[in-house]
Amino acid sequence: MNLMKMTAIELGRKIKKREVSVTEAVTAALDAAERKEPQLNSFVTIDRDGARKQAGIVQKRLDEGEIDNPLAGVPVAVKDNMCTKGLLTTCSSKILYNFIPTYTAQAVLSLEQAGAVVIGKTNMDEFAMGSTTETSAFGETKNPWNLSHVPGGSSGGSCAAVAAGECTYALGSDTGGSIRQPSSFCGVTGLKPTYGTVSRYGLIAYGSSLDQIGPVAKDIADCAAILETIASYDKKDSTSIRRDDYKFTEALIDDVKGMKIGIPGDYFGEGLDEDVKNAVLKAAERLKEKGAIVEEFDLSLVPYAIPAYYIIACAEASSNLARFDGVKYGYRAKEYEGLHNMYKKSRSEGFGAEAKRRIMLGSFVLSSGYYDAYYLKALRTKALIKQAFDRAFEKYDVILGPTAPATAPKLGESLSDPIQMYLGDIYTISVNLAGLPAVSLPCGKDRAGLPIGLQLIGDCFQEKKIIRAAYAFEQTRNYAYSPFAEV
Amino acid sequence: MSKIYETVIGLEVHVELATKTKIFCSCSTAFGGAPNTHTCPVCTGMPGSLPVLNRQVVEYAMAVGIATNCKITRYCKFDRKNYFYPDNPQNYQISQLYLPICRDGGIEIETAAGKKTVGIHEIHMEEDAGKLVHDEWEDVSIVDYNRSGVPLIEIVSEPDMRSAEEVIAYLEKLRLIIQYLGASDCKLNEGSMRADVNLSVREAGAAYFGTRTEMKNLNSFKAIARAIEGERARQIELLEEGKQVIQETRRWDDNKETSHAMRSKEDAKDYRYFPEPDLVPVVISDEWIAQVRSRQPEMREEKMARYQTQYGLPAYDAGILTGDKTFADLFEAATEICGKPKKVSNWIMVETIRLLKENGMDPDQIQFSPENLAKIVRLADEGTVTNTVAKEVFELVFLKDIDPEAYIKEHGLSTVSDEGALRAAVEQVIRENPQSVEDYRNGKEKAIGFLVGQTMKAMKGKANPGMVNQLLRELL
Repeated sequence: MNLMKMTAIELGRKIKKREVSVTEAVTAALDAAERKEPQLNSFVTIDRDGARKQAGIVQKRLDEGEIDNPLAGVPVAVKDNMCTKGLLTTCSSKILYNFIPTYTAQAVLSLEQAGAVVIGKTNMDEFAMGSTTETSAFGETKNPWNLSHVPGGSSGGSCAAVAAGECTYALGSDTGGSIRQPSSFCGVTGLKPTYGTVSRYGLIAYGSSLDQIGPVAKDIADCAAILETIASYDKKDSTSIRRDDYKFTEALIDDVKGMKIGIPGDYFGEGLDEDVKNAVLKAAERLKEKGAIVEEFDLSLVPYAIPAYYIIACAEASSNLARFDGVKYGYRAKEYEGLHNMYKKSRSEGFGAEAKRRIMLGSFVLSSGYYDAYYLKALRTKALIKQAFDRAFEKYDVILGPTAPATAPKLGESLSDPIQMYLGDIYTISVNLAGLPAVSLPCGKDRAGLPIGLQLIGDCFQEKKIIRAAYAFEQTRNYAYSPFAEV
Repeated sequence: MSKIYETVIGLEVHVELATKTKIFCSCSTAFGGAPNTHTCPVCTGMPGSLPVLNRQVVEYAMAVGIATNCKITRYCKFDRKNYFYPDNPQNYQISQLYLPICRDGGIEIETAAGKKTVGIHEIHMEEDAGKLVHDEWEDVSIVDYNRSGVPLIEIVSEPDMRSAEEVIAYLEKLRLIIQYLGASDCKLNEGSMRADVNLSVREAGAAYFGTRTEMKNLNSFKAIARAIEGERARQIELLEEGKQVIQETRRWDDNKETSHAMRSKEDAKDYRYFPEPDLVPVVISDEWIAQVRSRQPEMREEKMARYQTQYGLPAYDAGILTGDKTFADLFEAATEICGKPKKVSNWIMVETIRLLKENGMDPDQIQFSPENLAKIVRLADEGTVTNTVAKEVFELVFLKDIDPEAYIKEHGLSTVSDEGALRAAVEQVIRENPQSVEDYRNGKEKAIGFLVGQTMKAMKGKANPGMVNQLLRELL
């Protein structure tokens, strides 16, 4: 019995039936991670002692009937941009190389209360800035399906860890596709909820108006169960929204009869890999066979999403990252003369190239004289993109397309050409600008055997529709779509 | 100086609001805690923390806006003001630039030159910074974030003032309004009210404004008046020499009575403002404004009228008592206890104000309780102590807030009405002052006053003055 091949729900069920102890489950994850880390580097920190101790506590709570969550006792990995009390939290940046938070992020707290056991913190692009997990100050993570390829990013560590069975599921964060794109590259399922659904309290901000925490798992049923656990109104997060319905697992129904699915023609133009295109259209075909009404439409404004996103995200990031200055915590340059020199040297030495690039871009677009031309215009573009989606959702329940234009690139190919890397976010970014929920789930492999992701986008608060469509599609997949990569 | 110059002044007044908790977290705003004890992840800018707006801050800002005739912005937003300084834990301040909560108001002031309205451009809400302490010995700076996140409003006036006198009148009026609202204690010396002065000069009658400077570090009305005079003179001198005034921020040194330009780094102008993405817009409904309006307390004009009708005070008394919130509160509380409004008024208007002046104190530094004032009023009024003793004891009440009743008992200061003791004292005074006795007998009525005084002195002020008078006339 390979515990790490199980989904979270399967493992949780065995734990509940006392067929597997929490310690066994957690140890299996820790052992797998220990074995595979030298090749993958999915984690920044593995908390072996903490996790084993927590396993004992959770087992006791289970034995005493205190918890009843399907995820109780199941080992989870958390992206290293979510604060964990007493446990190193680095955002994969040198500037936070020694930062130990005094509190735990609300989403992680919700999981812990439900009995989840955090085994460690996963690697990521520095401050979630990047699409390959190569901008981490602690080395790149490798794609478990092919170690010479990137896992995607920025939640590359979370997705690789799930794909390789180093943990049963993980939390990621998605600002412009950072859950969905690496899920696509690693052959796992990742869901970005509607903005405001999961509390951002304790998530170290990149682009505050776009950031959202979400689950990364082996299938949509796990994602729904995890989302049900972490989604809640949180008064500590002013952008948190009180929703009417948090019962996401109710949508796990194999029935898409009459569901209206729109395929944006503008997502299938130039730059889309042929294998990806075929796999995604085949997935649409499967759903059609199950009774969904599938048609093509024109979403419009697609080319404007990337510039609008990079202006807004970088502007917010330039301000969000200002607090990392060597004064209160984190990295401080060894030698400096006076305050301004300390700021300058600490930040120059502490931030990597991509973080600096985005801080500079953001500072520039907010500078007086440029604000109207860039930032305000980007906000207007954002509003127009939202309107375009609103129009689409008047006609469709779900929008279907690829998650990324291509499968995972080779290590080292992307960073030399950041513009090209930014363009790879074309299908995911507008979802964040419009605040929508979307899921990426595996729908095949390319000629090189690398996973292809199918993206399903829903209207605000319509997670259940995309969960249902994803579940129905999963029922048509065969073994070739296994999310489990043997490393 | 051949030309006649006009001074043009606008003020930016920061007021610390009297909320119990900070603007974006639930930490206490209380003064005097050990460094960094009134802090949490939010007000120390810890990664991942998020601000949540304190509703009371919005209500205080609205109350000040309503009382200063401003328009309340129905859809207002917060913005981030970005600048690096260690007292600012996030390296941005959450403030309001684009849609401040109040706009387009004004208050009427009165000076020797007459009445005029000073316009209020806007009032916005923002957070205060922490405090930097430089340790010269260790050559390090230490930060205390207890004040970080304390709510402020900034009241920006129009450039409508033309003299230091008008500025002081404006500030006093503003302070009174805010104190009456209970929105702040407005103590300049403690920094809960701070004013930055924007000043330029121009030839009288000119249609343009001159280049202005901004003066900071003004800790009292006197410092503000001196700084205005100093800056006006400095700018005129520059212009007279054919030089230009540079737009800059200057720091006033009240000891040296000069100012110097702050380093450009402390004065970075591009704050890269943008809307605060961690807060949602504040939507203010008609109902909310009506609610705040209905809770507005009695303001000065209403109080003045009430003091005259309810307590029968003269207009003069009512004016002085309501001219300071501390006086008004003290008056009402002490009157409530002892039921003698005119007597309480006298004790405040004469003895209290005299002692404030002698000790160089402002009314808001009054330490004594209305209970002890009420006791003094009662003890003096009932004749338990003489006026002289009452005044002496009140001085101790003023300085140390002692319980006058206990003190009088302990020190045996009650009025002596024992005829035997008084007669003996009077007889001795008559023996020791033959000259005055003779003067009196020769018809110098005034001499008896001297003899009464001598008797009081001999009795350490405790003698019943009526009886002393009577005994003297009898024995002479």
